[in-house]
Amino acid sequence: MARLISIIVGLGFVVVLLYTFAVGAYTAATEKAEVTAEHEFHLTPRDAHLQSAGWTGTFDYQQVQRGYQVYKEVCSACHSLRHVAIRNLGELGYSEAEVKAEASSWMVPGIDPNTGESTLIEGSPTDYFPSPYPNAVAAAAANNNAVPPDLSLITKARHDGGNYVYSLLTGYADPETYTHDGKSLKEEFPDFTTPTGLNFNPYFPNLNLAMAAPLSDGQVTYADGTEASLDQMAKDVAAFLVWTAEPTLQKRHATGFPVVLFLIFASVLAFLAYRNVWRNVKH
Amino acid sequence: MSFPWAKQYEPKLPLMKFLDEKLPLPRFVYNAVGAGYPVPRNLNYFWNFGVLAGFCLVIQIVTGVILAMHYAPNALVAFDSTEHIMRDVNWGWMLRYGHANGASFFFVVVYVHIFRGLFFSSYKAPREMIWLLGVVIFLLMMATAFMGYVLPWGQMSFWGAKVITGLFGAIPLVGEPLQIWLLGGYAPDNAALNRFFSLHFLLPFVILGVVILHIWALHIPGSSNPTGVEVKSESDTVPFHPYYTAKDGFGLGVFLVIYTLFVFFMPNSLGHPDNYIPANPLSTPAHIVPEWYFWPFYAILRAFTQDFLFIPAKLMGVIAMFASILVWFFLPWLDRSPVRSGLYRPVFRKFFYALLVAMAVLFWCGGAPAEEPYVMLSQIAAMYYFAHFLIILPLVSSFETPKPLPGSITEAVLGDKTGGHDAVPLATTNDAPASA
Ligand code: HEC
Ligand code: HEM
Repeated sequence: MARLISIIVGLGFVVVLLYTFAVGAYTAATEKAEVTAEHEFHLTPRDAHLQSAGWTGTFDYQQVQRGYQVYKEVCSACHSLRHVAIRNLGELGYSEAEVKAEASSWMVPGIDPNTGESTLIEGSPTDYFPSPYPNAVAAAAANNNAVPPDLSLITKARHDGGNYVYSLLTGYADPETYTHDGKSLKEEFPDFTTPTGLNFNPYFPNLNLAMAAPLSDGQVTYADGTEASLDQMAKDVAAFLVWTAEPTLQKRHATGFPVVLFLIFASVLAFLAYRNVWRNVKH
Repeated sequence: MSFPWAKQYEPKLPLMKFLDEKLPLPRFVYNAVGAGYPVPRNLNYFWNFGVLAGFCLVIQIVTGVILAMHYAPNALVAFDSTEHIMRDVNWGWMLRYGHANGASFFFVVVYVHIFRGLFFSSYKAPREMIWLLGVVIFLLMMATAFMGYVLPWGQMSFWGAKVITGLFGAIPLVGEPLQIWLLGGYAPDNAALNRFFSLHFLLPFVILGVVILHIWALHIPGSSNPTGVEVKSESDTVPFHPYYTAKDGFGLGVFLVIYTLFVFFMPNSLGHPDNYIPANPLSTPAHIVPEWYFWPFYAILRAFTQDFLFIPAKLMGVIAMFASILVWFFLPWLDRSPVRSGLYRPVFRKFFYALLVAMAVLFWCGGAPAEEPYVMLSQIAAMYYFAHFLIILPLVSSFETPKPLPGSITEAVLGDKTGGHDAVPLATTNDAPASA
């Protein structure tokens, strides 16, 4: 009896699924799936060869410092960095005095000590990096209705984040002349357009984004004398954003190696103990 | 219970004698996981996974309790408090990655444990209760994991919660009020986050309780074994300690190596990047996917794309998704073969491998976008899944000739083929020596 009920119920599921499958298969066969420009021309990120990549990854603090300079001088005009405190710069090798000086170069929201009104005051190391806009509405209004996302976690919030930021910043192109793998965007998709206010970039999922190319050759003058090419700045700011997303990355790797090696060693010992205990018992 | 030849606990130290009189906890441990518990000598490495699951539960409780000391269950600050743990709490990153990957590894281990049970038919008499409690544990684990994933209040937390609680909305008549009641509102918000946190803290301890029952139930018939032939004499068993403590110790070592490789070197590889974006009710992610361990069931849910007669597609999907786990409750009564182990069931074994393939397909499709060919593939795989449990399993035994079973575990181990005999009904094979 139980088996009979079971078989009937089982047949029920199979019949419904067969029916759904048949309808789905019919639709799939009769309606040709539309091939979109996003599907054909969206690119996976190029490798920025960051030192933080891979299992032995560490931070190149010199590079991260340069990336900070790019963030401060360019990106911070539109993007906040709300999970990072100014004091965290100490981890990049800045001295305490340098961190203090750096802090006082940022204006953060505060209260006027005389009137009690909200105003901007000089930052201190314990402050977090300020947002360039008072709220999301103001941010959207200033940027063609797109809110520039907070950058603190951006490299973890995108697949292959470090390489993605690097590729995005260096990937801007002209959609009229853009070709990839010998295929021309305009020839394959004559209807494809980049609306005014948006910018074509094959690394962005839908190929058009609201951020105009923020970097161009020589935009910053590096304190350490490195030549500020577009490629260099993009790599540096990507390295910086990998650090902001996960300042503990280097410590994590450094802790992981002894832990895993110890556990391998302990497993070998445990295996030998196991063999020893069982030596007289066939199993 | 135990077999008559089980070693007896004999306290030697005065303290132990005192304890044994007042509160015989050492005796309990000795009989449960010590030398007083005889276990079949031929268990293979698949029998390590129960202990591993127990260890995972401990990892989750320990890391979870400490995380809860720093986490703030409020929709305004939940995301930030998670980042605070990652950045400012000493070793907070290790706790959080340990907990998140711990959940994934818990499921890996439990899936192996369950499929071990399916292959060796561990659910059959006299172990039905162990299996039933196991399924209860699995359901509780799913609920716990689902609510835990909501806590960081990222985009996938929010939208996952919305989609999954939305499933209750598919239930006719009571669906919508039920959904609002569960969430404490029309969409996930502070009320939902708070209750999910409360339950997420509570449920692991409920799981712990059911695990204790699970192991209690296990100790009545004792473990089964790869031959499926019950223990008959002392030479079939070895004391749990030191034999299986040693073997479990080695298994645990290997497990921890793989687990720590994930925690320290690829802690985000099993997660979704979108969960590092704060929850935003106004912006729907391109693909809403649950955590990987829910993918097979998510694929079954989404396989139902057409209304059927008077049943809406969504309701059908919800029913099928729940049914796909609930069928496990009935296995002890659906599989009628007198032989337990898949090693001696040539026809069943082929179907079992097909089930593994179907599961793999469902895993793959559940994580993929709801497009062709994934939907069609999951429909085929789901068809097999239900057919396997509800149609094939009840019927196989009627046309399958099992291979001859060894006369005893000892015989199987020592390769002594002389006493081999044909499969006999469970009533006889179960004939364990009278329990003491
Ligand atoms: C003039 C303002 C402006 C500046 C300067 C700017 N951005 Fe943006 N950025 C935006 C806007 C607006 C968006 C949102 C784009 C969209 O969603 O279409 C954005 C988006 C992004 C994104 C997210 C893309 C995605 O995948 O969603 C990244 C990464 C980014 N910017 C990095 C940077 C970096 C690095 C710099 C400094 C080198 C920078 N931006 C400078 C306005 C700016
Ligand atoms: C928190 C999760 C769980 C823990 C800690 C746990 C623990 C254990 C332990 C320690 C054993 C004995 C060792 C072994 O046979 O591997 C065992 C056996 C068993 N478990 Fe679980 N288990 C869990 C979940 C489950 C689930 C989800 C199921 C099935 C749906 C299940 C079904 C079984 C069965 C049938 C046995 C007996 C196996 C045999 O003797 O052949 N368990 N469990």
